[in-house]
Amino acid sequence: MTVDRPDLSVSRDSGDDYPSYYGRPVIKEPVWSWEIPWYFFTGGLAGASSCLGFVAGLTGNRWLGRTARLVSLGAATASPILLISDLGRPDRFYNMLRVFKPTSPMSVGTWVLSSFGAASGIAAATDVLGILPRLGRVAEGLAALLGPALSTYTAVLVADTSVPVWHEARRELPLVFAGSSAASAGAAAIILAPAESGTPARRLLVGGAAVEVAASKAMKRNLGKLSEPYEKEEAGRYEKLSTALTIAGAATVAFAERRRKWTALGGALTLAGAAAKRWSIFKAGFQSARDPEYTLKHQRERLARRSTEGRRTETFGGNGRAT
Amino acid sequence: MSQNVIPGSGGTDAYDINGRKAAEAQPVIPLSQKSYEDGQPRMGFFTDTTVCIGCKACEVACKEWNDVPALPFELTGNSYDNTGALGANSWRHVAFIEQRKPIRVQDSGLEALGMPPSEDEFRWLMSSDVCKHCTNAPCLDVCPTGSLFRTEFGTVVVQEDVCNGCGYCVPACPFGVLDQREDDGRVWKCTLCYDRTKDGLEPACAQACPTNSIQYGPLDELREKANGRLEMLVEAGVTDARLYGADEEGYGMGAFFLLLDDPEVYGMPPDPEVVTRKFASLWGPAAAAAGAMALGIAAAFIGGAR
Repeated sequence: MTVDRPDLSVSRDSGDDYPSYYGRPVIKEPVWSWEIPWYFFTGGLAGASSCLGFVAGLTGNRWLGRTARLVSLGAATASPILLISDLGRPDRFYNMLRVFKPTSPMSVGTWVLSSFGAASGIAAATDVLGILPRLGRVAEGLAALLGPALSTYTAVLVADTSVPVWHEARRELPLVFAGSSAASAGAAAIILAPAESGTPARRLLVGGAAVEVAASKAMKRNLGKLSEPYEKEEAGRYEKLSTALTIAGAATVAFAERRRKWTALGGALTLAGAAAKRWSIFKAGFQSARDPEYTLKHQRERLARRSTEGRRTETFGGNGRAT
Repeated sequence: MSQNVIPGSGGTDAYDINGRKAAEAQPVIPLSQKSYEDGQPRMGFFTDTTVCIGCKACEVACKEWNDVPALPFELTGNSYDNTGALGANSWRHVAFIEQRKPIRVQDSGLEALGMPPSEDEFRWLMSSDVCKHCTNAPCLDVCPTGSLFRTEFGTVVVQEDVCNGCGYCVPACPFGVLDQREDDGRVWKCTLCYDRTKDGLEPACAQACPTNSIQYGPLDELREKANGRLEMLVEAGVTDARLYGADEEGYGMGAFFLLLDDPEVYGMPPDPEVVTRKFASLWGPAAAAAGAMALGIAAAFIGGAR
């Protein structure tokens, strides 16, 4: 007597064209919530604004300098609040300050953000109160020095994980973050500074937006198949939104010259585009971690490449024995 | 014969897992030890999945000893696996895989009892997964509080009184081992029973395992044992058998496995990487981008500072 039995021929690979364990994810999705992409935005804005303020001060553009410094201080104040509120145990945030670990971008970032916050606070306070000008200048210089690091280390933070669409984008992500940060610093300064002192901010916005869009494109091209998560679901929607807003914002500012209402609108669009960019990257990481295809196929292809290149062929993909 | 040489390795050297010819006098597995104390060898797990019977005693013993909270009752429909995956509340996870493949060298004995011979080729793979206690652990590298640390046994442990739940280790782990406990906020994982090993006891899962599928001991001894077992299986015709994570030159694991199929069939990555050790390609582009941003900001003032 034969008994009808379920067809198990596909149970090995859950119906996909690659083997997996019931289609379950191999790596864990990050546990970070909404605060983190917003922090990527505020941290980037703070870092680039401090730089903008510093150069404006050097060139004698006092209004632009003061505006950018205050934007920087505001964004730098929001940043740790966002970060601490994302912790599983916010009351233990100070444990970040018990070590300095160069192997941990989060530890490096903690110290960059802490020193940056202190420096930009001193710089803004001495500027507004008109006291201790020399201390203010030193603090401002320090903040301007740390600013670019603050704007870009967050790209290393996500790239230094086993999430394939982040890790494999490690060469391009920092430039995306840098362009986006520069554009948002220009945008915030345009909205808040008087129109007659805003020309460098307008140039910065247009240049930063161009870098942001071009670097994103290069990143997706180099990722090949791993660029898919950036194009679909939530990440894809944010990505399209970001590109549209950023290009529209930059175009508006480029053609608006000094017409205040139009430059402010362009600035607002660019800021929204920069925030959407961080959300797109953030969500793409989650989407790729959730889907074992991106972890497994990528690793299988890497093994196959390694074996055709004649390097170590017997690794985990082999049977562990001598051939 | 030196202790590091695989017993019986002469002409065949079928268990040189590096895929190289190894001379008799050389250790066939690089045995680089990572430990902080002289004389304390690196300890670990060898999980021989060929003798796993899927009893889940390891899962239960781990929960009991380490006071790991229960999972909400849920039927996955994936064979007998209702644990699903490793996580904050499951530090051992027994995987069940059903395949249309013959079991070799096994006689069910059913024909002797007058039952018809099986018409189908069918085999069940069972494997108890656990934290790999990596030689270069990405979770340990990225932890910004120093909560994760390497013990004198070479194992990787979270200090729960230090962890502030930043969650960085969760996506850093290439095996999806660590996770945040929702009502607690901190991250939890296998400690390789640090409290037991300090007292010279074996971890709860290894002690509870009725078939010795989970073996605990000095890693070099376990590797030697694993090579011997692999040789035995290969000679018996089990050509599917392979070691996963036993090779210190590849991705070094303090907990390694003897498997009967590709690692991804068991839910494990086929080519894990120590993502955190690529300093140049991680920080180099960031330094360049930071420099470019600073130059770009300065360039915005060319042709008029107002």
